[in-house]
Amino acid sequence: MNASTKPIIEMKNIEKHFGSVIALAGVSVDVFPGECHCLLGDNGAGKSTFIKTMSGVHKPTAGEIFFEGKPLHFDRPRDAISAGIATVYQDLAMIPLMSVSRNFFMGNEPRRKVGPLSFFDHQTANDVTMEEMKKMGINLRGPDQAVGTLSGGERQTVAIARAVHFGAKVLILDEPTSALGVRQTSNVLATVDRVRKQGIAVVFITHNVRHAMAVGDQFTVLNRGKTLGTAKRGEVTPEELQDLMAGGQELATLEGSLGGTV
Amino acid sequence: MSDAAQPEAVVDERVKEMSAFRKSLIRPELGGICGTVAVFVFFALFAFDSGMFASQGVLNWSIVSAQFMIIAVGACLLMIAGEFDLSVGSMIGFAGMMIAIFTITAGWPVWFAIIVTFAMCLAIGALNGYIVIKTGLPSFIVTLASLFILRGFTIYLPQTLERKTIIGGVRDAAEGDWLAAIFGGKILTGLFQWFGDIGLIGTFERGTRAGQPVVDGIPMLIVWAIILVIFGHILLTRTRFGNWIFAAGGDAQAARYVGVPVNRVKILMFMFTAFCACIFATCQVMEFGSAGADRGLLKEFEAIIAVVIGGALLTGGYGSVIGAALGALIFGVVQQGLFFAGVESSLFRVFLGVILLLAVILNTYIRRMITGER
Repeated sequence: MNASTKPIIEMKNIEKHFGSVIALAGVSVDVFPGECHCLLGDNGAGKSTFIKTMSGVHKPTAGEIFFEGKPLHFDRPRDAISAGIATVYQDLAMIPLMSVSRNFFMGNEPRRKVGPLSFFDHQTANDVTMEEMKKMGINLRGPDQAVGTLSGGERQTVAIARAVHFGAKVLILDEPTSALGVRQTSNVLATVDRVRKQGIAVVFITHNVRHAMAVGDQFTVLNRGKTLGTAKRGEVTPEELQDLMAGGQELATLEGSLGGTV
Repeated sequence: MSDAAQPEAVVDERVKEMSAFRKSLIRPELGGICGTVAVFVFFALFAFDSGMFASQGVLNWSIVSAQFMIIAVGACLLMIAGEFDLSVGSMIGFAGMMIAIFTITAGWPVWFAIIVTFAMCLAIGALNGYIVIKTGLPSFIVTLASLFILRGFTIYLPQTLERKTIIGGVRDAAEGDWLAAIFGGKILTGLFQWFGDIGLIGTFERGTRAGQPVVDGIPMLIVWAIILVIFGHILLTRTRFGNWIFAAGGDAQAARYVGVPVNRVKILMFMFTAFCACIFATCQVMEFGSAGADRGLLKEFEAIIAVVIGGALLTGGYGSVIGAALGALIFGVVQQGLFFAGVESSLFRVFLGVILLLAVILNTYIRRMITGER
């Protein structure tokens, strides 16, 4: 789609060792603005370690990261957030006991000065929250409705809307659809599509090939800490991706007995 | 939202409409409000003639409630931030004892003793928080250790230094001290004298204080309680830091991911709890004029009970300072009211247990409605 533009994030030969365990053994990925880059891999393939390196939670043992062409060093997740890299974690996106508007502005609370004191500006927070939720197609009873009353898909959507609202250039989604039902999944995928069209780079982590094929522009498969290459949309079939994720052999033999249901 | 041109959001058929009345009822403090009303109605019926609602009686249960409130505010904010402090009672004993030792044994001016004691308590609170954060141990265990350590010192120090477990004479030393007056003094004495003169409240008829009103002012203890409740409520509901308190207790990891300084919030809340305990201790020492090694026993549980009656969730992330203050009021009114009503004082615990159970059941029900917990 945007083949001529420069990648917003370049990850070059990233290695990450935890003691004697090599979690990542040289992974390279380029992410382009306005594209959805799907990161596929089975459990333990190193997907989580890889995105945590990208979002500043882990420091790579070796390798380089370039963000908008410049080498990048994040000491804390906070640095990555202020640089414009936002991560939405599967089950840690929202705090169920808190209201939607408190969640939406968590860590970025709008403030109103009264003399020397500064207060949480609930009016602004509530208005912005209702506005953003309407854009995303979520109907709230009120901005003070607790997140616990929302469905899983709605929670992911709120988290994505929050990241976009606070100026994310890169949005990392950690298995946003893995715990969701069919309709909620399609809502989240529609949200991903909408976000991508705003020119934001999306990194979409999943182990579900069908979800990846639905929105992905590029596909990178991780297996045992290594990449097996990046493919563009149209260059690869779901079956090939599935085989790559499983390491090529085991699934081929299973395929017959399961009748193509995986 | 006056923009009429904007299309109405499609109403989700599965979201039930809630009436404004019902909505106004559904709040974390509801259990506390119901409890307060119930308790006052009960004592108005059974103890109205006992003097409980005369000026002296009101002052009596107000002081006891204010004591509970001071420690409940600290415990409430800490519990919402997701942690416990079991060392509150020991901290009260320890702080009081340190003030007495500094003034009587060391001969320091009272204001200096109070400031040094506050600094020590804040440091101990910070240490509690730091250990909890660094080790990842439950705060229950860490502060249980502080409970014993502080209580141990509170008994050991006066015995070693003064060969007794109660150090008196603080009142004489505090005479005319500017800082001591902030904790042990009374305000609005002129107003209350005037109330006495016009017959609004009773006056002493005989003795050395003849002509003076029976209630000669509002003790600073009550003023502190009100200040702390207002401060805590505004901090929690109206500031950015308040949002961080909720976030830290609701889900520390999720909060960290969006950049909330969870560790700092938790340590500050441990310090605030210690600060509240220290205010309690200072007021008590100034009132009694002495410090005892057994002061503050079991206060940590009383604070936690008040907070829980007030609607806070034991596991953190949910609660209300106003609720905790109402919980403290219920506690104080019941404790003193049973005395006024002439009920056997041992029944206090039965009464308290029943209120605790009813309030928590009601609170759980309300909370599920608000938060969608299942």
